[in-house]
Formats: sequence, structure tokens, C-alpha cells
Amino acid sequence: MTAVSIRNVWKDYDGQVVLENISFDVAPHSFVSLVGPSGCGKSTFLRMLLSQEAPSRGEIRVEGEPLASEPMPDRGMVFQKYSVYPHLTALENVALGLELERSPLLGRLFGARRRAVLEEAAAGLEAVGLAPARDKYPSQLSGGMQQRLAIAQALIKKPRILLLDEPFGALDPGIRADIHDLMLDLWWNTKMTVFMVSHDLREAFYLGTRVIAFDRTRTRPEEQAAYGATITFDIPLDPADPIKARIRAAEDAAAKDLDLPVSIQTNGI
Amino acid sequence: MPRFVNRRPGRAARVILAALPFALAIGAYAIGSHIRLSENPNDKLLPSFTALADGFTRFAIEPDRRTGDILLWVDTLASLSRLAAGIALSTLLGLVVGIGVGLLPYVRASMAGFLAVLSMIPPLSVLPILFIVFGLGELSKVMLIVFGVAPFLMRDIALRVGELPAEQIVKAQTLGASTWQIITRVVLPQVWPRLIDAVRLSLGAAWLFLIAAEAIASESGLGYRIFLLRRYLAMDVILPYVAWITLLAFTFDWALRHLQARAFPWFAGEGRGRS
Repeated sequence: MTAVSIRNVWKDYDGQVVLENISFDVAPHSFVSLVGPSGCGKSTFLRMLLSQEAPSRGEIRVEGEPLASEPMPDRGMVFQKYSVYPHLTALENVALGLELERSPLLGRLFGARRRAVLEEAAAGLEAVGLAPARDKYPSQLSGGMQQRLAIAQALIKKPRILLLDEPFGALDPGIRADIHDLMLDLWWNTKMTVFMVSHDLREAFYLGTRVIAFDRTRTRPEEQAAYGATITFDIPLDPADPIKARIRAAEDAAAKDLDLPVSIQTNGI
Repeated sequence: MPRFVNRRPGRAARVILAALPFALAIGAYAIGSHIRLSENPNDKLLPSFTALADGFTRFAIEPDRRTGDILLWVDTLASLSRLAAGIALSTLLGLVVGIGVGLLPYVRASMAGFLAVLSMIPPLSVLPILFIVFGLGELSKVMLIVFGVAPFLMRDIALRVGELPAEQIVKAQTLGASTWQIITRVVLPQVWPRLIDAVRLSLGAAWLFLIAAEAIASESGLGYRIFLLRRYLAMDVILPYVAWITLLAFTFDWALRHLQARAFPWFAGEGRGRS
């Protein structure tokens, strides 16, 4: 359960203002969809949440604390591409986060400790429906499976915030629907706060508890450099919306099975 | 009739086509040799195949009358140990500097320009300096190989590391990786197969510098031998030696290629040349 507060955040590159005066607060366990036209700075905003970039002005606080100045395990990330490591099998990709934590010098475990980590990673793979693909390399997986793997890889660190940069943009519609359901279940069961950048408005509204749109309000050519994009719509979504009824079903399922941190029904690969 | 670009040879045709240039080259040599020898039986330029076989036997099987050594093996061992030392040192330098320049902005800022200049120095032009500084022994020959090959390896590895998607490096940080762990778990394992490619490409240059160094100052080695025999126009030994060097070089290239395919199965599937 993590609250995020964004205060007067500006971002400019060499005088070119990209984002201006972004302020909003995010309640714990929100699923925030960030939408807007190409080049409106929504991905830049996500990178600032990740600390891959720093705001030019303003600040972002998580639970009242300012963000660290570089990416940290408290914020997980799934990119559209290249999120998983081609030289590691699916299982090793998920185990990586645990190995790095438990073996500071080599980043690699051996023997019983390695087996323990692999077992944990196998549970993570199972949770995203990838158990049968544990020994495959990412190049042998379909796009949808690679994104499931990227999600499992990020979740193994139990991040408080998960950042998604158009994670499902390259997937076929059918596969996308499956992975949407999976994402909602995981979000619900892990109590993370999720920020997702999306091009797809349907996806944004289907998954989000809140949809925030970025856009430039001044579009005359001579104003382009001096004025950036800002929030043009901020739409809280009614949790009672029929589309969201399925989430409540997941909640009921979770309530019956509280011992398991991640208990979800998988929807095929 | 399909267009020529769409026509593909069958299995048998491929074997024949691949063998054809070799057969033509050997045939042309045989004809040339026959013509010259029938004009002058003592001609040394294009010895007959039996003379070549005799020459090879004399150096590869019979011990040398003066020293009792089998010269081909002595030469091969001397050359290969120099080559191995030079390649090993260059590879180590290539890895350390290449990963540093490719991954760490501070190292890149300090080394990238220096490397660009360093790699433009013609290695053979510093050979005299190497002989002066390191003497005429083994070290100067190894250093020439290092000088010729290491800058290329450093720059190539730096480029390959730079080509790794930035997402991978950022993702590793969100998984809690330190800089050192990013090197050991993300960068280094992905550099190995690319390093093999780079070493394969640089082997030709390494042989060039090895033979050049041996030709100028040495008492053994494949390059020393062929340049020594040149004085006697001993083509019957020089040609087998050249064939032997070619075979060695080809074998290393083949071995590295197979090592890469076997040790890094993920690499072929990853789609090389992807941007």
C-alpha cells in the first residue's frame, strides 16, 4: 500500500519544456493509467518515477520520502521490449533479482542456496502461467510470454510500485486480453501501486482505477519550446463499474486464501 | 525459368561448386609446374607435388641433421605460444577496457578519444620501438600482436557493450544490481559470444604481426622459417609451410565458431545484427 505524491514537477531538455507543472496525489494501491499523444512526455514522466531521469523542478515523494536518485528495487519496471535477459532462461531471469540480493560479490549462487532461489523463482513463473517454459530462452518465447516473464521478473523483488511502459502495446488482441486479466489479478493480490503508460485508451480504462491524460495546451509552433504538456484530464474510475466486477471476484478468491501472497487463476499462455 | 537470384544449387551441386575453386587452383598450379619443369628440371619456382611432399617430410617428420629437432613442430610450437600469449593479453585488455568504455561514462570520457588515436597508429611502425624497448626476445613479438590487435578488440567490445539495450541496464538496477553485478551478470555473459566474433576477426591480423615480427628478429617460428628459406628459393618447403599456417588459422577460426554455437546457444536465437 503505497501513496505517491507528485508536486509541481517540470521537465525540460536544453530549454525545450516537455512537462510543466504536474501535480497529483495517488492513493495507496491505485492503478494509474497514463495516456496522451506521442511525444506528450508520459514516458518521460514514467522514467522520472523510476529515477532514470530527474525532474528539472519539483519533486516526487513516495510515502512522504523523496525518491532515490537512481533506480531502486522498490520500483519495478516492465518495458515494452528488452525487459528480459536473452542469455538467461526464463527461470534464471526470474531468479536473477534474488541472486543479486543474496550474493553481493558474484551476483550468483551455487548449490543449495541456488536451488532455494530457483524454487522461489519457479513459483513466480507459475504465477504468470509460465511454468512449462522455465528452461526456455526468451528468444524461444512469444511476445506475450516474454512480457509475462518480464512481469514475473519484476514482481520477485516485491516492489511497492510497478511501472509499465506500454507493456502490452506489441501484443495481439487475444493475448492482450489474457495478460490484462493476469495483470489485474497480480495488482490486486500484491497491493502494489501501478503506473502504466498506454497508447490504448480501452486498455487504460479497463485496467486503471484512474486515468490521467497528458497533452500540450498550447500548440502554436512558436509556443512549442516554451510550454510543455500538462495534465488535461484526471478521471477517477468508479470501482463499481461493471467492467471491474471481476476484480471483486478476485478479491473474494483472495479473501478465502489469505496465506498465499500471490494466489491467482492463470488464464493460459 | 526462374530468375537467377531465385535459383539455388542442390546438395550435390553445392559440394561440387565449393570444391571447384580449390580444384581449379590446384590444377592451374599443376599445369604451370609441369610446363616450367619440362623446360628446366631444376626450376625452383613451382616445384612438383612430389617435391612439395619431400620438402614437407624433411621438415615435419625427419629430425634436423644439425639440431636433431623436427623443425616444423619446433616452429609451430614457438609461433603458437607467441600467438596465444598475444591473443590472451589482447583479449584481457579488450574485455577490461571495452566494458569500461562501453558501460561507465567516466571511463568513456577519459578513454574513448585516446583509444581512437591509439588504434590509428600503424602497429608495424612501432615494431622498431618494441624491439628497442622489449629487446629481441619473445616479449617484443607478443607486444607487437597486442599492439596490433588489442585496440581493435577494445573498441569492438566497447561498441558491443554500448549496443546492449539501455532497458537491460535500468532493469538490472530495479532488480537491485550494483555496478559490479551489472558487469558480472548482465554485461559480461552477453559479451562472451561477441568477444569470440571479435577474436575471430582479429586472428588474421594477429598472424600478420606474428609473422612480421618473426621474419625480422627470431631464431624459430613459422614466419622465421619461411623468410629464412626464401634465401634459398626453397619453394618446396615454403609452400607446405604456408599451407600449414593456413590450416592452423582455419582450424582456430572453425573451433571458435563452434565453441560459440555450443557454449552460447541463446546467442544464435537472439537475432544477431538486431539494432
